[in-house]
Amino acid sequence: MKSAISVENLSFAYEKKPVLKNISFSIYTGDFFIIIGPNGSGKTTLMKILAGTLKPQSGQLDIFGSAIQTFNRKSLARTIALVPQMVPLEFPFNVLEFVLMGRYPHLGLFGWEQSKDFEVAEQAMEFTDLKHLARRKMNQLSGGERQRVLISRSICQQSQIILLDEPTASLDLAYQVQVMDLMEKLKEETGTTVIMVSHDVNLAALYGTKLMLLKDGQIVKQGQPEDVLTFQNLELAYGCKLLVDESPLGNSPRVTLVPKKFLAQSKDYLE
Amino acid sequence: MLIASAVIGISAGSSGVSFKTVINAMISAEIHDPVLEDIIWRIRLPRVLAAALVGAALSLSGLIFQALLRNPLAEPYILGISGGSAIGAILGILLGLPHFPGVSLTSFLGSMMTLGLLLIMSTGKTILRKDSLLLSGVMVNAFCSAIIMFLVSITQDVRLHNIIFWLMGDLSLAGLTQVKIMALVIIPCFVLFFFLSHTMNLILLGKETALSLGVNVKVLTVILLVATSLMVSITVSQCGLLGFVGLVIPHLLRFVIGPDHRVLVPASMLGGGAYMILCDLLARILPRQGEMPVGVITALIGAPLFIFLLKKAAR
Repeated sequence: MKSAISVENLSFAYEKKPVLKNISFSIYTGDFFIIIGPNGSGKTTLMKILAGTLKPQSGQLDIFGSAIQTFNRKSLARTIALVPQMVPLEFPFNVLEFVLMGRYPHLGLFGWEQSKDFEVAEQAMEFTDLKHLARRKMNQLSGGERQRVLISRSICQQSQIILLDEPTASLDLAYQVQVMDLMEKLKEETGTTVIMVSHDVNLAALYGTKLMLLKDGQIVKQGQPEDVLTFQNLELAYGCKLLVDESPLGNSPRVTLVPKKFLAQSKDYLE
Repeated sequence: MLIASAVIGISAGSSGVSFKTVINAMISAEIHDPVLEDIIWRIRLPRVLAAALVGAALSLSGLIFQALLRNPLAEPYILGISGGSAIGAILGILLGLPHFPGVSLTSFLGSMMTLGLLLIMSTGKTILRKDSLLLSGVMVNAFCSAIIMFLVSITQDVRLHNIIFWLMGDLSLAGLTQVKIMALVIIPCFVLFFFLSHTMNLILLGKETALSLGVNVKVLTVILLVATSLMVSITVSQCGLLGFVGLVIPHLLRFVIGPDHRVLVPASMLGGGAYMILCDLLARILPRQGEMPVGVITALIGAPLFIFLLKKAAR
């Protein structure tokens, strides 16, 4: 497998507050790579650095073997797409217009789309099952539909890597599965490398091919889900007791929160 | 395709209106006396051209501020940028500088200074909400008005009346030279904005998203802010304070043809020009005697609309 992103000794600080401390890891093409960790662990900062919207103070970041500094804004956008958490809705574009904006890094000087761009957008909307909503305004959509529009735009960008910043936060359960299934399908069908920041360790366990657990700007553990999601690692990262067993679906760990009233009972369980 | 055809329809309609008013103004004057034809070509035509340029420039600058600040209520007059350039212009006049380039330059410096002040106030470390940007704009505006009044009151000049009249927005002094000066500055800006119109769409999605889609946000923001301030200050130094044009026209057009800036930029130009010509026409024909400053008309139309939009946004 080819290396999509390789990070070496990367550090970042806001003002004087260090957020990422000397991190090294690699992401390979075709990975479904999920970054988990408690609030303030540096997940989102790391995502911004990978997307090229923040510059690290030190360390090396290579994308498909070339240093990120060798990319200009447009060529970087053709390589990495970012799915942000929020969409501003004050200026209501319709779904098609919004998805088409993903074509920007492919457009010429005047910035007008050609018929090919419309084709790509149409395919992207087909993939996410949005074609019937193409003329709908963004502010008339549900949260799940909006998330799918954002994903369509990133597909429309035709980059080999897609970054997602907590795409399932604030979504209903049905939409959470829908969004995750969509990304898995995209990865399977097009070989796109998917990198995601997530709050939800169970979703991460069910979908991620590789996980990375962060705490205080350092990597606690990275690797296969079953190696990362052990109760020792999780307790170290999150600072609370958690129960880890195998999911009834098989082949992946399941993390259960332990309320205080069960702590005494579950003690023998954990040991 | 639908959007494109809608644009052609609207822009043709609005330029049709402005064309018609030009013709009307000419015909009505021609009835009296053939000698007056000279007046038409020397006074009326430059005035209409000036109105079209000023209207286009102001409505475009509103559109751009709305995109850059991601705030649908932003507008150079409301943000206090017009006020700042008015201070600059008055200082220039009081210093006895020539009207061009002296006063235009001080006016530009004034607008850049208020812009800087505004950006510092609204983007500091504290995360201010969108309304606070408008609020700081209103405060900057109030402060500018105070300084203007101060400057006006310490001069015992015959120029005083002129300054006040000019302040309220006045196209009556526009001659062919003024039109040429304005066109020289404003038209290159139009071309620039036309090229940058798609990136304005992306900027609306937020800095992070625009960056990740390949827009060099920093460079773009600087270019747009400087060019817009330049455009505003040239209109202020030539024609005074004309408020709310940048609010009325972009909102109207966004409502009709949607939020795509590749269409909005040319449409705002044409629509703003037509709107200003009509406002100027009203300013000329409404009063029994003489005429009123066109700024009175634009404010009478624009201010209520602003309140209406503010209420709508609050919901």
